[in-house]
Amino acid sequence: MTELYKAPLLRRMAAAALMACAALVAPMITPAQAQLRITITDPTLSPMPFAVPTFVARNAAAADLSEDITRVISADLSNTGLFREVPKDAHIARVESFDAPVQFADWKAVNVQALITGSVLVEGDGRIVVQFRLFDVVSEQPLGEGLQFVGTQEGWRRMAHKVADAAYSRITGEGPYFDSRVVFVSEQGPKDARLKRLGVMDYDGANVQYLTSSDAIVLAPRFSPAGDKIIYTGYESGFPKVTLIDVASLQKQTVGGVDQNMSFAPRFSPDGGRVVYSAEVAGNTDLYLLDIGSGATTRLTTAPSIETAPSFSPDGSRIVFESDRSGAPQLYIMPAGGGEGDRISFGEGRYGTPVWSPRNDYIAFTKQNAGRFHIGVMRTDGSEERLLTGAFLDEGPTWAPNGRVVMFTRETAGAAGAPALYTVDITGRNLQRAATPAAASDPSWGPLLP
Amino acid sequence: MKTTAILLIAAMSLTACGNRLGGAGAEGAVDLNAGGANAGGFVPGSANDPASAAYFKQTVGDRVLFAVDTSTLTPEGQTTLAGQARWLASNPGYTALVEGHADEQGTREYNLALGGRRANAARDYLISQGVAADRLRTISYGKERPLQVCSTEACYSQNRRAVTVLAAGAGV
Repeated sequence: MTELYKAPLLRRMAAAALMACAALVAPMITPAQAQLRITITDPTLSPMPFAVPTFVARNAAAADLSEDITRVISADLSNTGLFREVPKDAHIARVESFDAPVQFADWKAVNVQALITGSVLVEGDGRIVVQFRLFDVVSEQPLGEGLQFVGTQEGWRRMAHKVADAAYSRITGEGPYFDSRVVFVSEQGPKDARLKRLGVMDYDGANVQYLTSSDAIVLAPRFSPAGDKIIYTGYESGFPKVTLIDVASLQKQTVGGVDQNMSFAPRFSPDGGRVVYSAEVAGNTDLYLLDIGSGATTRLTTAPSIETAPSFSPDGSRIVFESDRSGAPQLYIMPAGGGEGDRISFGEGRYGTPVWSPRNDYIAFTKQNAGRFHIGVMRTDGSEERLLTGAFLDEGPTWAPNGRVVMFTRETAGAAGAPALYTVDITGRNLQRAATPAAASDPSWGPLLP
Repeated sequence: MKTTAILLIAAMSLTACGNRLGGAGAEGAVDLNAGGANAGGFVPGSANDPASAAYFKQTVGDRVLFAVDTSTLTPEGQTTLAGQARWLASNPGYTALVEGHADEQGTREYNLALGGRRANAARDYLISQGVAADRLRTISYGKERPLQVCSTEACYSQNRRAVTVLAAGAGV
């Protein structure tokens, strides 16, 4: 019962390109026994206490790595706000061997509910082997199978994220998202002469790499569904143009119609084969669809108003977008082939940058009202609007691969104002600043890595 | 005799400006004759030279301002643009790039579109005043290039603008 698969990574991380995953033991648990559960939409939720004793180093070469991997697993889970780590100095039990029986009484005594154990081995060829198990301390049962990951040392963070993802998913029932990357705009310099370049990083801010120089303004990059390409608005030609960049080769290509004065706000279709974007002709901004393979563009809207910030539904059949046809920006949904669209936002204020959740349950958006900006979510029919944040300037939400966390730009006011990336749960809980090396804006969360 | 002198000076200033213009917010002409006043009483290429980009920027006025979320030209803006059109008629050696800008109160995407509207509103008015369409291009910077960096209306009102940036050359 061994499952082997390749994990294609970004080229700069390609040394970690092989990751194997194997189930270690047959599951000993039936669903009825699974008491360990967090329902993230539960308004009374309090963080679940967990322990992750430092993974057992199976040889001397694995000593430092086991500390690092354990630290990343702990950070992944703790930063969700759904889990609270019981600190290591409070532990009574000592895990000396990965296969030794778990001392449940010792873990219960320090109020641990979820226990993660694991081991790390550095093999002769330099590859590392990470094993882990998850236990429900209360019922004294394993929760799911033990797993084993094999990869290169450069990919150690990914293995830690995979372990944390497995634990998160088993306990919450939600999809994983820690093993993912984010593309963003890194910013430097004064507000009236900002230098911008594209950066890609792990979701937690590690492994930053830059894809462009700061010679031209770059805005609002978006990952392709497979994570191999990024589409953005770039001023490389002197004028804003939708530009496609290959993440591995860094080859760039301007796309969109030649008669269009300015093209911007691109976003991929769920199949990755098309790009919906805005173009301005003689002052009027409308939506267009580009077929990447053929280069053919189709005009989707023909109103004299501004139509921009389009985003596909996960099944590719519909597009949500922003239009000021009513006098102020509001959200509309139209068929993917184009059309007038139906308005879905009716609250006070101005609505923009709608983004369809990969789970198809919500649309996230930016709302501007009474001098403040908010990130919010609403059902796809516009009902159940809920604001998650409020600040001087919040904008541009992007969904985590599991549709349960939103990342966005928050910019501070004034001459020294600067943007940073933040995350928040769809419940509005757990607002956190994301780590970036410099000021950063316009995040786009990529897919869960394989 | 006087007419000849002015034409000569205009040609000189054109040469002086040629290498400096074309970028966003060009600062005007290089003064090649620093300290040397001419028969007309001004330094060619300086802000006193009616054929200079510096004169265009400072005296004619290179920008028009807009109210929140609008691309409607104010009467004052129309007067400025009419002056720009007259200047461009007198100085056929220039083309212009009209930059549209927005203040920071809005999303990035919407502000790009709004800047496009503003630039085109100014361009359309220049054309209505007789400027050939092929001498004009537009670009939007959205909220990417504020002129003033505070976060109050005093700055925002200066940032909601369309700026006519000159470049040497006969056509776009």
